[in-house]
Amino acid sequence: MTLVLEQILNGVQLGVMLFLLAAGLTLIFGIMGVINLAHGSLYMVGAYAAAVTASATGSAILAMLAGLAAAAVTGMAIEYVVLRRLYARNHLDQVLATFGLILFFNQGVTMLFGRQPLFVDIPAALSGAVEIVPGVPYPVYRLLIIGVGIAVAVGLYLLITRTRIGMLVRAGATNREMVRALGVDIRLLYTVVFGLGALLAGLAGLMAGPITSVQVGMGEQILILTFVVVVIGGIGSIRGAVVGALLVGIVDTMLRAFLPTLLRGMMAGAEADALGAGLSSMGVYLLMALVLLLRPKGLVPAHG
Amino acid sequence: MNRKGFLLTLTVLAGLATSAVAQQPVKIGMVTTLSGPGGYLGQDIRDGFQLAIDLEGGKLGGVPVQLLVEDDALKPGQGKQIAEKFMKSERVRLFTGIVFSNVAGAVVPDILDEGGIYVSPNAGPSNFAGKECHRNYFVVSWQNDNLHESAGQAATDLGYKRAFILAPNYQAGKDALTGFKRLFKGEVIGEVYTRLDQTDFAAEMAQIRAAQPDVVFQFHPGGLGITFLKQYQQAGLLGTIPMVVAAPSMDSVTMEAVGDASVGISVTSHWNADFDNEANKKFVEAFQKKYNRLPTYYGSQGYDTALAIAAALKAVNGDLSDTEKFRQAMLKADFQSTRGAFKFGPNQHPVQDWYLLRVERGSDGKLALRTQRKVLSDHADAYAGQCKL
Amino acid sequence: MTTNRRPLMALGLTFAVLLVLPFVATALDSTATISLVTRMMIYAIAASSLNLILGYGGMVSFGHAAYYGLGGYTVGILYAHFVSGDPLFGIIPGTNQFLITLPAALLVSGLFALALGALSLRTSGVQFIMITLAFAQMVFFLFVSLEMYGGDDGLIIRRPNELLGLRLRDELTFYFLTLGFLAAYVGLCGRIVNSRFGMVIGGIRQNERRMAAIGVSTYRYKLVAFVIAGMGAGLAGALMANHARFVSPDMLHWTKSGELMIMVILGGMGTLLGPILGAISLIGLESVLSGWTENWQFYLGPILVLIVLFARGGLYSLIPGLRGNGRD
Repeated sequence: MTLVLEQILNGVQLGVMLFLLAAGLTLIFGIMGVINLAHGSLYMVGAYAAAVTASATGSAILAMLAGLAAAAVTGMAIEYVVLRRLYARNHLDQVLATFGLILFFNQGVTMLFGRQPLFVDIPAALSGAVEIVPGVPYPVYRLLIIGVGIAVAVGLYLLITRTRIGMLVRAGATNREMVRALGVDIRLLYTVVFGLGALLAGLAGLMAGPITSVQVGMGEQILILTFVVVVIGGIGSIRGAVVGALLVGIVDTMLRAFLPTLLRGMMAGAEADALGAGLSSMGVYLLMALVLLLRPKGLVPAHG
Repeated sequence: MNRKGFLLTLTVLAGLATSAVAQQPVKIGMVTTLSGPGGYLGQDIRDGFQLAIDLEGGKLGGVPVQLLVEDDALKPGQGKQIAEKFMKSERVRLFTGIVFSNVAGAVVPDILDEGGIYVSPNAGPSNFAGKECHRNYFVVSWQNDNLHESAGQAATDLGYKRAFILAPNYQAGKDALTGFKRLFKGEVIGEVYTRLDQTDFAAEMAQIRAAQPDVVFQFHPGGLGITFLKQYQQAGLLGTIPMVVAAPSMDSVTMEAVGDASVGISVTSHWNADFDNEANKKFVEAFQKKYNRLPTYYGSQGYDTALAIAAALKAVNGDLSDTEKFRQAMLKADFQSTRGAFKFGPNQHPVQDWYLLRVERGSDGKLALRTQRKVLSDHADAYAGQCKL
Repeated sequence: MTTNRRPLMALGLTFAVLLVLPFVATALDSTATISLVTRMMIYAIAASSLNLILGYGGMVSFGHAAYYGLGGYTVGILYAHFVSGDPLFGIIPGTNQFLITLPAALLVSGLFALALGALSLRTSGVQFIMITLAFAQMVFFLFVSLEMYGGDDGLIIRRPNELLGLRLRDELTFYFLTLGFLAAYVGLCGRIVNSRFGMVIGGIRQNERRMAAIGVSTYRYKLVAFVIAGMGAGLAGALMANHARFVSPDMLHWTKSGELMIMVILGGMGTLLGPILGAISLIGLESVLSGWTENWQFYLGPILVLIVLFARGGLYSLIPGLRGNGRD
């Protein structure tokens, strides 16, 4: 039972990381109608900036600021230089251009920082584990990630429901043309939203650094899963991103943790493991296919 | 023509060919992984190999060589294309460099089918060590299972009874778990296959904690291993449950990256930077001087592969036209390996000693892999018997 | 479309160049070129098949690698059973005859496209993109976990298939075989596009509701196009399996779907020549740049961005006299 509890927490923590990435992606997608494959690159930029700053200065605060700033600036630069020219184009042109950006960023980072993965230490104060229930220690850092995720979700909720920018964002997600027609300075709104999305991706990246290794290509590994989250939740919907991210995080973790053991009861060990690993990877995609067939607009559509 | 006359003619022809060839540098094709998370492995192999060439002033065994390097990006298909390009456009006959077993599995048969020679500086998959061994295929590093057999032996020697073992779900991962189980005398209480693209091992950590084994054995090369160890520490398992790993899961890059989380881990390897022999001292010093970093064992393997090739090139005077002659020269292994004693077994895979290392913090405050003792002597692989050459 | 003959001439010229190229390459002693161009042509078949639904039909499938990989794996699996001697599922004997493996590959990829298309085509827009991706990823992970067929490491096909006494291992033979298939498939696409069926598909792309309103069963038309495209990708996969003598889950990965999509967009969607140009230039650029610098991706990326920004309608639109003949 405690094992199940621990695995659920792991799933929630993965869900939080996915949420941070998905929130930006879904806003950019919902409001500007842009498919940004380079969103994963922003995650990578955030992680690298934080890792490099941490090893140069030894300060976790500076590292965090550097990671956030680097991701946001890179994001706004991408928007200004490339994507701004592509809003009127179809999705496929955006796919090709942002794919080009992925190649550029991956190789650029390799040229700057080399091929060796970088390492970031967890700040000493956060490196321990606490017993959530007796006998189950859980890393403080992962609890912190969950906490940050909840804070960001609440913050975004307030931003979107209580502020003028939020109002425009909501309006934009529902009907882009109408917002433009009403004379809102859409360019500025776009840059701000893009910067915000990049900031969240950078936040996810810099928090992921101490858990996983900081390496080239880390963005693409998580990008597709992020798209899955966005689609399951409903495009343009922050609440959908929360629901989708938690669902994907928990389903993925639970399948990986328990499916091989279940299969082992039915067949030989090695085969069960291989099949279990394969089936559990398939799980989230099966989930997405089901959601799309039953509720094509996602679980929590944007204009709910 | 009688046999003697035939041989004589061959020798004369070979002699003629040699004098013609000697002007041209011998081309060596290196297909290796330089990009992605596994990129530093290929980088060290290339740099180690290049170092041997540079130390001889552009030659190997007195023969001028030209090293052609291309990145396979850990894609078997891409590796095949590069090999084909080298063979067709550059007329390369001698190949080396492949890091990962799945790339080797696809590329090596192509090279051998075309009559080329392959000398492996790293991957030694089981299928080429047994029945499908080949006269023109040499492995300077190890047979894959060896790495993990030594870890199994070490775990047994250290008195562990119940082991939890993990590896990614691909050929080398399966070889790893097989190898470990071969020489581990205790009971395996948990066996988990992870994913090659996995970045979060929290689920596995929980399983390990629930199983409460005496020892954890895991095989996760490159970036995967770094991630695994960091999370092992964060989960509070480090220091509670000891870990034994083979060299690929704890090279000096991994150690630096993981930091404190690596202290106290037992590692088995065939080479370590602190080995006390002339060849190794020369190598470690020159490598650090040229590249300004500590070599990993991949670097030593690249260097040793170059030395093995150098010895053979010297014996045949740079003439690759007679592969059998080159093969006989290779088999003598007439070079000073950085790991000390080295010879080829009947399947042209190494027979060598394996050592137990431990990660310790030195008096200078730096982490280092310290050699503890020998685990296996003159160890060959389990497949040599099936090979009929 | 029929009044202007220039696109047709450009297409004919491309094939003429492809026809003489091996002789020039042999004369220049550059045999590696032959195999490189063979690879380009195989990708051109796959890209053309994607173009049929993406460019002409407006169905953005992000799972096209699934059919390509299935075609390849059909050849690989039949070969593996041919070598081992035990029949597949206990009844189907393995084989290395291309005359059997190719139709089998077409059948498997076609049936699969039929099943996935039937489900996916209930959605549209971004949902369609993602659901095709989802199904392709499931196939990918299925093959990763099939230990019997090499799992992640893939299957080696030691010898290419046999075809009426031809040596498929021979570069020139295989080159012309591939060229023949490319010409046939592009010809088929041309026929389809200009047929009544093609007009309906084009009509659906422009305005599906209008087509439905005039009494066309759009779903069925789309499904048929989807299956024809899937079989084209299966053909490319079967050829690639014989050319590379190797199949792996890499052929099924989403990045492969992305690559095919990029070839189509790069070359010019909704044109017969575009996908061929796209395949040739993307693989050509990769090969040239990677021979020139280790950091080739650093240069390829911005080149792609520039093409998007300044060449609307892809490379096709850059050819003098063809601008405006593309769909765009």
